Amino acid sequence: MSTLATAATAAEERSGQPLVEVSDLRVRFRGYAGREARALDGVSMSVGSGEIVAVVGESGCGKTTLARSILGLVRPSSGVVRFRGEELSYGARALRRYRREVQLVLQDPTGSLNPRHSVYEAVAEGPRVHRLKDESGRVARALSQAGLRPPERFALRYPHELSGGQRQRVVIAGALALDPRLIIADEPVSSLDASVRGEILSLLLQLRDELGVSLLVVTHDLGLAWNIADRIVVMYLGRVVEQGTTEEVLHRPKHPYTRALLSVVPEIDQREPVVLAGETPDPCRVPAGCRFHPRCPALASGAAAAAGVADDCVGTPLAVLPAAGGHSAACHLHP
Amino acid sequence: MSTEPPSVMLSSRAAARARRGAALRRFARSYAAHRSGMAGLVILGLFALIALLAPVLFPADMLDITKTVQNETLEPPSGEFWLGTDEGGRSILAVLAWAARASLTVGVAASAISMVLGTLVGIGSGHYRGLLGSLLQRLTDWFLVIPFIPLVVVLAAVLGQRGLGTIVLVLGVTSWPGTARLVRAQTLSVEGRPYLERAKALGGSDWHQMVRHVLPNVMPLVLANTTLTVALVILSETTLAFLGLGDPYLDSWGTMLDKANGAGAASTGAWWYLLPPGICVILVVLAFTLIGRALESVLDPRLGRD
Repeated sequence: MSTLATAATAAEERSGQPLVEVSDLRVRFRGYAGREARALDGVSMSVGSGEIVAVVGESGCGKTTLARSILGLVRPSSGVVRFRGEELSYGARALRRYRREVQLVLQDPTGSLNPRHSVYEAVAEGPRVHRLKDESGRVARALSQAGLRPPERFALRYPHELSGGQRQRVVIAGALALDPRLIIADEPVSSLDASVRGEILSLLLQLRDELGVSLLVVTHDLGLAWNIADRIVVMYLGRVVEQGTTEEVLHRPKHPYTRALLSVVPEIDQREPVVLAGETPDPCRVPAGCRFHPRCPALASGAAAAAGVADDCVGTPLAVLPAAGGHSAACHLHP
Repeated sequence: MSTEPPSVMLSSRAAARARRGAALRRFARSYAAHRSGMAGLVILGLFALIALLAPVLFPADMLDITKTVQNETLEPPSGEFWLGTDEGGRSILAVLAWAARASLTVGVAASAISMVLGTLVGIGSGHYRGLLGSLLQRLTDWFLVIPFIPLVVVLAAVLGQRGLGTIVLVLGVTSWPGTARLVRAQTLSVEGRPYLERAKALGGSDWHQMVRHVLPNVMPLVLANTTLTVALVILSETTLAFLGLGDPYLDSWGTMLDKANGAGAASTGAWWYLLPPGICVILVVLAFTLIGRALESVLDPRLGRD
């Protein structure tokens, strides 16, 4: 890749400034009958240059909303998104410029491609929107970067003529055609066959190594995070409950929620499986105190009472975890 | 990394053309399987031919009352006048052929206006949620609930000048809400697809999303719907003309009916004056309806065949 991008990456690394940083991001959706869903309820996190960060959590925890608001597709009710230290502005022109830098890969590659557009047209859509020069050169380069080689063999095909893995590669090529610095992948492999997953994951790793692209991978699959991520952010009910390097989070999990999730991942640990009891979280009714307390195994087993924090768990709300600061958890047991 | 010669882009266009060609052939094949649709096409073709050839078959002189004074008035069908004559002694067959021109022109032109308006409003109200979207939707609702005939009569009266243009305009601006509702529904369903999210994330403007992704998806439905609108518009034109709101200097099937009524054709038993324009209206409306229904069921397999 160009030396320019590498130089920029190096400069960012020296300055210690993250590529993308969100602080105290809140997103609310109005529901029926005045109910208000707090999809994001105070999230701070960051993605460094050339870093792969996995956002993990069960469905409804706000991870997709986080991805969409980093892309500027959802406007937060409060809080800011910073890209290279600059606050994201939502004017049409600024957003367009921003979207050359930050790109999206969705879960369902079949739905992400317009069935009426050829592979060439799908990949060229970005360069056309941004009126970039040398459109066909860009498309060919992006296709081969995404592992569709030789590009001319694929350019004139239509999505229905390709396999699921190839379609996802087309979507990735469409993002790469804009030379983004950050790719946000929302469940990039969960609709693919097990045999193809590994290929797509190694493609993502390769893109990071060769192009220095940062990745934010949204997933419900801790095993996937384990395979690919440098850092892991665990979310529960619109908040980050634990974050740290993959090693730290997966080998020395602090939060009872992370522990419960880990206990049921076969490839990581041989813990006793913890099955979470209680209702699945409802972002319209966030519990008081620690938002995890109605389902917390540590509170139920009396471990919290033994540590003398049971009252806090039920009554004292936790502060938003700061984006920086190494391995941390939002739990009264781990102040 | 290899750089590609610009030929890929050119051949991409060629491939898109080839794909469209193949899709068109596939479409023609499945349309041909609809017998009623083909029947509609034949009837319509016949009327189009008559309308186009009217000046050749029936010279314009035949419509000039000053040159038909020697003929009997309201004469029943005979060897000379196959469909008899009207109160001015003109051949009803000739008037009928010339009237086809006016009726078909009004039908197609007003439907074109209605198609453009309906598509714009429909896509707009489906794409822009928020204020603009609800304003457009209220506008559609408003036009839907206003009784059609009084609105058209008032509009025609307000616009004054009685001419073909006025009629086209009046019918065009009153017949689009059905199309708009259909287009809005289809737009909403397309907007939910992930490739629109992708287009947004790629930085595509609203215009880009609507033109590149939504429009190609709603267009087939719009065309099918417009064919049905033509039938409605021709009927409305007849109604307006019969009510005396047509162009008095131009013969259309509606004005013929109006004049037949005025000349007392019904009470004197001059069926040859009243029936032919009525039957023509019915046939053309039927043809457009058959074509529209066939198009709909070809484009939307869920509706089933015939």
